[in-house]
Amino acid sequence: MQNVLDNISILVNAPIFNLGLLIDGLLIGSIFALAAYGLALVWGVMNVKNLAQGDFIMLGGYLTWGLGTLGIHPLFGLPVAMAVLWCIGFVLYRTVISKVISRDLFTSLLATFGIAIVIQQALNLTFGPDTESANAHLPTWDFADGVITVTATRLVGFVCAALLAIGVILFMKNSRMGQAIRATAQDVRGARVLGIDTEKVYQFTFCLNAAICGAAGALVAMVWNVQPFMGTTYSIRLFVVVTAAGIGNLPGVIAAGFGMGVFEQFGGFLLGAEFQQALIVLLLLGILAFRQLQQLRFRQAVQ
Amino acid sequence: MSGVSLQSLTYWLLALAGIAAPLLFPDYTNEIAVLWLMILFASTWDILGGQMGYNSLGNIFFFGAGMYVSAVVQIGMFYDVGMYTAASRTTHIVFTTGQYFTGFAFGILAAGIAAAVLGFVLSLFVFGLRGPYFAIGTLGVAVAGAELTASWDWVGAASGISLPVFPGDPYAQKLFFYFLLFALAFGLLLFLRWLYSTRFGLAVNAIRDDEEKAEAMGLHTRTYKRVALVITGFFLGMAGAIFGNMTGFIEPRDIAFPTTTFNIFMVLMVLLGGKGTLWGPVVGAAIFHVIKEVTWIYFLGWQFIALGVLIVVIVVYFQQGIVGWLIETYPDRFSGRIRPKVETDRAPAGRLASQPGGAE
Repeated sequence: MQNVLDNISILVNAPIFNLGLLIDGLLIGSIFALAAYGLALVWGVMNVKNLAQGDFIMLGGYLTWGLGTLGIHPLFGLPVAMAVLWCIGFVLYRTVISKVISRDLFTSLLATFGIAIVIQQALNLTFGPDTESANAHLPTWDFADGVITVTATRLVGFVCAALLAIGVILFMKNSRMGQAIRATAQDVRGARVLGIDTEKVYQFTFCLNAAICGAAGALVAMVWNVQPFMGTTYSIRLFVVVTAAGIGNLPGVIAAGFGMGVFEQFGGFLLGAEFQQALIVLLLLGILAFRQLQQLRFRQAVQ
Repeated sequence: MSGVSLQSLTYWLLALAGIAAPLLFPDYTNEIAVLWLMILFASTWDILGGQMGYNSLGNIFFFGAGMYVSAVVQIGMFYDVGMYTAASRTTHIVFTTGQYFTGFAFGILAAGIAAAVLGFVLSLFVFGLRGPYFAIGTLGVAVAGAELTASWDWVGAASGISLPVFPGDPYAQKLFFYFLLFALAFGLLLFLRWLYSTRFGLAVNAIRDDEEKAEAMGLHTRTYKRVALVITGFFLGMAGAIFGNMTGFIEPRDIAFPTTTFNIFMVLMVLLGGKGTLWGPVVGAAIFHVIKEVTWIYFLGWQFIALGVLIVVIVVYFQQGIVGWLIETYPDRFSGRIRPKVETDRAPAGRLASQPGGAE
């Protein structure tokens, strides 16, 4: 407790620390926003809550890290991770997801939970339980006499996440497939009547989400570190982000992603890193409780 | 064939098997005791998940809470808990036989009551959530329980508590805990048989099939849901107290709140056996436990991958379960009551219905 009070007094007395934490939070939050957009996409279009999202991210991260040990720079590992995850997404869609789309929601939740266990245990068996990080060999910049440090990797990560997000958004706006995806999200039956092959749309959406996760994973491996069992924490984090924003609310998802990054930086600084998972879970419960209070006004359940 | 006599025959056979098993296979007493624990897990999960249609992923919370409450009561009756957890790493603290049994008796009782109270408190929060939000919210409760306990020094934080040692030889200890778990599981099955035959059983089934309609018919759905969660908590809390003493050492992440093992096993066992039936969870638990015990050692680290694959296969390809399949195939022989509604088509998304002139 004393520790926490000390940390609060540091933040109050030296406001410049706040700025440092804020910048770090925003830079990391961009990656959350990217992956949360993928989750919201699959959720909104297919009505499948992908609990394996965080493990897709870890998979992408390990691929990038593995390529890094072979001497390939993480920034070149990123497209490879995207391509491989696209293929994995395709296989998973064909074998599992396509069979649970039309079932009730708990089925898809449990099926993706099973996938998550398989991925995390496979990663654990192949790479071991240690945390790994892909080294990008980039400099660190100091501002305000070394109080604020901005590592170039985080900035590069931010830029990459922003470029990818813009790319996906433009794709969704302008391309034929993007239009078909949006149409399917709005009204499945209507889309089918108009000749859209919704099965193909679902498949494409799931693969696209997997590829986005691969990219996010590559950035996570570069900016932070990867560990087989961290996937669950990412899944919960992304779930918090999407739940807080509401599906179909793209600016909200991105803002909540940044908010999550900032929240974690401050929470980790105040309470210590060992409370990280507890903090995220408590935030999830808090947001679910808040959503219920919101719905109570209309006498509705959160569904 | 009259269903009632078949059922009571099954109960007699089950009681006979439960009493005879540790005498016939004394080497496997602990494994069979865990089988009864699995039956407890599956049957309590089925109250909410199968009969009421609320798929929880956080029932393990009550198990862990009961385990810790019992530990605190057992120790706190005779020593200061904070001092005990701090000292037990260096010194061995002895409980007399009388102290052990009175502490244990009060521990089990307190665990059941505390878990039931927690169930009541949770019911104020979780039942406003539906479908996947309910599952994720309850999972969040279980993970939060593990994480908070792991950072609470008074109860030993992440390094756990060593519980009082059973006064007696190992064989007596095994039999003692075996019969406790057996009695609790058998009691639960008898209780559930009665419970599902009352108005309560029909009411929770109505909630599963269509909650809005059930409410419109005048059922106090909130009360029924609350009672269901309290019952689940009560039995799981007591099971946690017994299992904690059986292992002798408790720890938050892997023993008290194992969100990725026991917590998932209970869902899996119910799905394997058949959701929403009295015997489905029992059959599922027995088959799952036997297969797991026999094959687990041959997987050499791959067992959790096998578990994940098993989840996917059962969920995707065999969701009606064994008893569900029997009921579907031989309806005249096995179906004594209203069968759960099988969803064949995707439920219309909320936004479809809200559109003017929308689908349907």
